[in-house]
Amino acid sequence: MSPGMIRFTIIAIYLGLLLGLGIFASRMFTGSRKDYMLASHSIGPFLLLMSIFGTTMTAFALVGSSGEAFKEGIGVYGMLASSSGIIHSLCFFLLGVKLWSWGKKYGYTTQIQFFRDRLENNTIGLVMFPILVGLIIPYLLIGVLASGSVLQNMTAGAFPGTFPHNVASLAGGIPPWLGSLVICGVVLVYVFFGGMRGTAWANAFQTIVFMVLGVVTFFVIATTLGKEALVYEAEKKKESENAAVAQVNPGETPITEASPDESADAVDDGAVDDAAIDVEGQSFGTYLSALMRQVGHEKKTRSHMSMMKFFTYMLIPLSVGMFPHLFQHWLTAKSASSFKLPVVAHPIFIMIVWVPCVLIGIWASAEFVYSTLPPPVQANPNAVLVFLVKSKTSALLAGFLTTGILAAIMSSLDSQFLCIGTMFTNDIVAHYKKDTKEGDANQVWIARGFIVLIVAITYGISLLGVKSVFAMGVWCFTGFAALSPIAFAAVYWRRLTAAGVYAAIFAVVISWSYFFYQADFGAHRVYSVEIGATTESVDFGTSGAVTMELVAVPLNGDDEVVVTILSKEFPEKKKDNKPVIKVDEKTMTIILNTREGLETDFAALNGALKYHGFVRGKLIDGEPKTRVPTEPQSIVLERTGNSMMPVAPIFLCSIIAMFLVSFVTKPPSDATLAKFFKM
Amino acid sequence: MKQKSPMAYVIAGIVILLLAVHQDFWNWDNDSLVLGFLPVGLFYHACISIAAGFTWYLATIFAWPVDLAEDEADTQGKGE
Repeated sequence: MSPGMIRFTIIAIYLGLLLGLGIFASRMFTGSRKDYMLASHSIGPFLLLMSIFGTTMTAFALVGSSGEAFKEGIGVYGMLASSSGIIHSLCFFLLGVKLWSWGKKYGYTTQIQFFRDRLENNTIGLVMFPILVGLIIPYLLIGVLASGSVLQNMTAGAFPGTFPHNVASLAGGIPPWLGSLVICGVVLVYVFFGGMRGTAWANAFQTIVFMVLGVVTFFVIATTLGKEALVYEAEKKKESENAAVAQVNPGETPITEASPDESADAVDDGAVDDAAIDVEGQSFGTYLSALMRQVGHEKKTRSHMSMMKFFTYMLIPLSVGMFPHLFQHWLTAKSASSFKLPVVAHPIFIMIVWVPCVLIGIWASAEFVYSTLPPPVQANPNAVLVFLVKSKTSALLAGFLTTGILAAIMSSLDSQFLCIGTMFTNDIVAHYKKDTKEGDANQVWIARGFIVLIVAITYGISLLGVKSVFAMGVWCFTGFAALSPIAFAAVYWRRLTAAGVYAAIFAVVISWSYFFYQADFGAHRVYSVEIGATTESVDFGTSGAVTMELVAVPLNGDDEVVVTILSKEFPEKKKDNKPVIKVDEKTMTIILNTREGLETDFAALNGALKYHGFVRGKLIDGEPKTRVPTEPQSIVLERTGNSMMPVAPIFLCSIIAMFLVSFVTKPPSDATLAKFFKM
Repeated sequence: MKQKSPMAYVIAGIVILLLAVHQDFWNWDNDSLVLGFLPVGLFYHACISIAAGFTWYLATIFAWPVDLAEDEADTQGKGE
């Protein structure tokens, strides 16, 4: 059986198990709306922990965390993980428990029902519904697209005759359109039949799967790469010894000088060198130390990271306070004390998942690993983990880890699909068609129908090949985070008024749109709001046969460095398609090996810039339009002196608008205050 | 209105302290390794995660909202 087929079989079994779980959960379904949407408030502490954690940890937790660490270094953990550990639990504690108690008391199923009641305003639902759904759709798309891409990568080689591909490493893999369709289908089946109970069970199962497999994979990859690091160190040592010998006795032949054929013969004869023998049987700690010795300073520190950006990123985790799907999960709790375990264990769970992923990411940036990554992987950090899993572990383990990655993806997709169906049923249909007295069973079928529709729409959009959707993730989180003051104020501030909420929403929509426009509608993937820094824009010239020079500013804020990009010296196709990079104290020269391979080289160029301590360049007009550029191409190298995440000013606009308008408008009625606040 | 337990303020103080020490500018350029393999910046933030878990544990003991006790008592049936 081919490795691709082994991986495919494991994935197929896993998806079958999930379907079985969903159908089993449906056997406990009582037929009521409350049971379908809230599992009849029956979820205990363990299931609540697992389902909430699985929902908040998307594909980004596994694939994205390694990729971001590969690009940014260890700072990613502080920026995204440890801050989430504090703030997510803060939201569960301050918002979740209180909203659960009101939800149970007053019969809420959705966030909008709560806001309508708390603000004594019907129209707020019509304003919030499209905004919340609009922010969730790109989030859903990320999961759908990621699942298709992961399935294709990991099943490559399984069906060479059925699914040919012009990229050899993807030939025989399930095409993304089919992979995404299968994943959407599986999620749809267990959400459709199992409702919230099926979703919670599936989330718990999938969370266990991705946590356990993540840890196992970490040990396997660490051991494999650790051995390679020891060999690399030994080779480097010998090289430097040879160089020293050659310097002292110029006529003497270096000890390890041998032709490639001779080296191969030596390995075949079993005459492996001392380093290779020493590699086996070392302790795990030795492997980890050897790996870390190869990691560059900038990846082990945050020297290149803006402190202000790091600080303002802390606002992003507040988005969980406004996630409608999380709100729905909170309401499933059996009791207030069910929240205790999620509140306490959530930061620890984040650590268990993120620390190994961040370590794998920074190891991949070490020269001996980086140089083995194909240019497309160097240029697409999100592909790093999948590449390492595929190349450094057995087909069996790779199959299991793929199920882990898919588990992380599906455990978010299911809650989001169910939530949108629930919102449509409760906030639109049931709310405006009260006179028709929709029965419980009918409402369940309406929710199911809308879930099918939303899955179909999301899948349809995913087929349009929207590449920039991955960059949309942070914009979705920004929107939800900027709206979170509304949730906190609704729970803790008596003076909050409907007008104040409208003002906050208006401020968020306007400021969010402004910054989104500034970021080229998400195309500028590393967009941040500059504080006193500028960007350099340089034309690349009008043909492939020119020498281009541009000035870049190093990330540590030192003097300017000249980057020279040469292409005319190497017109012929070279065996190695990677750019040649020469770096010294003041200059960096990047030589593109071939004009034919320029498209790939441009991708690698971005990786190379980043690797050598520059913020990656951005092609202003997207991907190169032609393989040999005939039109001017521009890149922008950004200074990182001081910048902040756009969420900070948007968040500020939201709070200011909410407070100012609430203070000058009529306060809530006594009845509402008595209902929500103890007088 | 029920009086908040003094411990609730202590917990709030610890959470604010955690958010403050999260901005560890003193580790920004430090590439030393803990146990020979863990960059100190990563180790520090892993400790923040553990400290957050412990702080929230204290919160569930000392600052859990007492007015929810009635809801707890009302709850029937077993959880899943």
